[in-house]
Amino acid sequence: MKERDGAESTERGEAVLAIFQRGAEFTRQLLEENARLRRELGALELRHGQAAQCDTAWEKLRQELISKIEDLESRNHDILEQLRHVESESQLFAERYREVEEENSHLAALYVATYQLHSTLDPAEVVRVIVEIVINLIGGEVFAVYVAEDDARVLEPVAAEGAPLAEFPRHRMGDGFVGGSVASGRVEVGPAAKDAGGPVPGRQPVVSIPLRVDEHPVGAIVIYDLLRQKDGFSPLDHELFSLLAGHAATAICAARLHAQSERKLSTIQGFIDLLTK
Amino acid sequence: MADHRILIVEDSPTMRQLLVFALKRMKGVDIVEAKDGMDGLRKVTHDHFDLAFVDINMPVMDGLKLISLIRSEESLAAMPICVITTEGAKEDRERAIALGANEYLTKPVQANRVLSVARALLKLDD
Repeated sequence: MKERDGAESTERGEAVLAIFQRGAEFTRQLLEENARLRRELGALELRHGQAAQCDTAWEKLRQELISKIEDLESRNHDILEQLRHVESESQLFAERYREVEEENSHLAALYVATYQLHSTLDPAEVVRVIVEIVINLIGGEVFAVYVAEDDARVLEPVAAEGAPLAEFPRHRMGDGFVGGSVASGRVEVGPAAKDAGGPVPGRQPVVSIPLRVDEHPVGAIVIYDLLRQKDGFSPLDHELFSLLAGHAATAICAARLHAQSERKLSTIQGFIDLLTK
Repeated sequence: MADHRILIVEDSPTMRQLLVFALKRMKGVDIVEAKDGMDGLRKVTHDHFDLAFVDINMPVMDGLKLISLIRSEESLAAMPICVITTEGAKEDRERAIALGANEYLTKPVQANRVLSVARALLKLDD
């Protein structure tokens, strides 16, 4: 009986032990599972933390980029503004350059006219130079150069272009378009008589340029017609009128005086030769 | 040594001076003047020129005859020529172009126009 009780106790003890062992195994498994879950939780928390950190960095980067874009836009606007300013300045310079070129061209014409007028003391040569200036620099097609007679009452044509000299009328000082212009010393520009055609005597002059030295009338340049391509007078033409009015008159006077002095010198030399031989 | 040599064939001293005055504004240019067509022909056949300005109405030999002689000479056939004329002589201008002139200037001539024509014919940048 005792043996049987002992055997039963052993079996029961083994069964309890087995239960405990299973319980221990189960506990161990639970602990392992718990550890695994803890690790997973830790990893998730870490990932969550990192994700949160990325959002902050992205936001920061986004803010930086926005700020950079704004800065670039502002700089772009400034550059565009500067470009517009430079373009407008460049346009201004181009315009100024064109004006300077034109002015230079005008000065060239004025310089050449002055130089040529004072390049000779031969009266005929002076008149030839005047004719050349009117053709080449003003563009006169039909015109005459008048010289005042010694009494300064009548203007006589001495050279002409575009029509025979005989066709050009004489003018009385103070009378009419030409005479009035010479008497007053004012350049008179007539109405648009361009391409008027017909004989010179009946034609209204396009312009009368009085030639005067101080208050003394020397002659006139009277243009009856301009070259076909010329559409009226430019500012340069008016400059040339003023230049001719003064310089052509001086050149004619100087050449006349020189010719007279040459003649007188020759006469005196003749007398001296006569007396000394 | 000049970069370009230009011949001016013009009987009017005023026009010659104006052309010289205008052309001298270009750098490296040597300008030679001839007072009529014959003088121009003599100079153009004895020397090399890159460009010629030729007036049409000239004594001794007019510009049209000069252009025709220049173009008949093989060595001068390619030289650019600019004629200077008055609008009244339209047929002369057309004949000059037909004879081989490359460009024309009408009177009254402006210095800046001379310069721009010379630059264009010499293929120089502005």
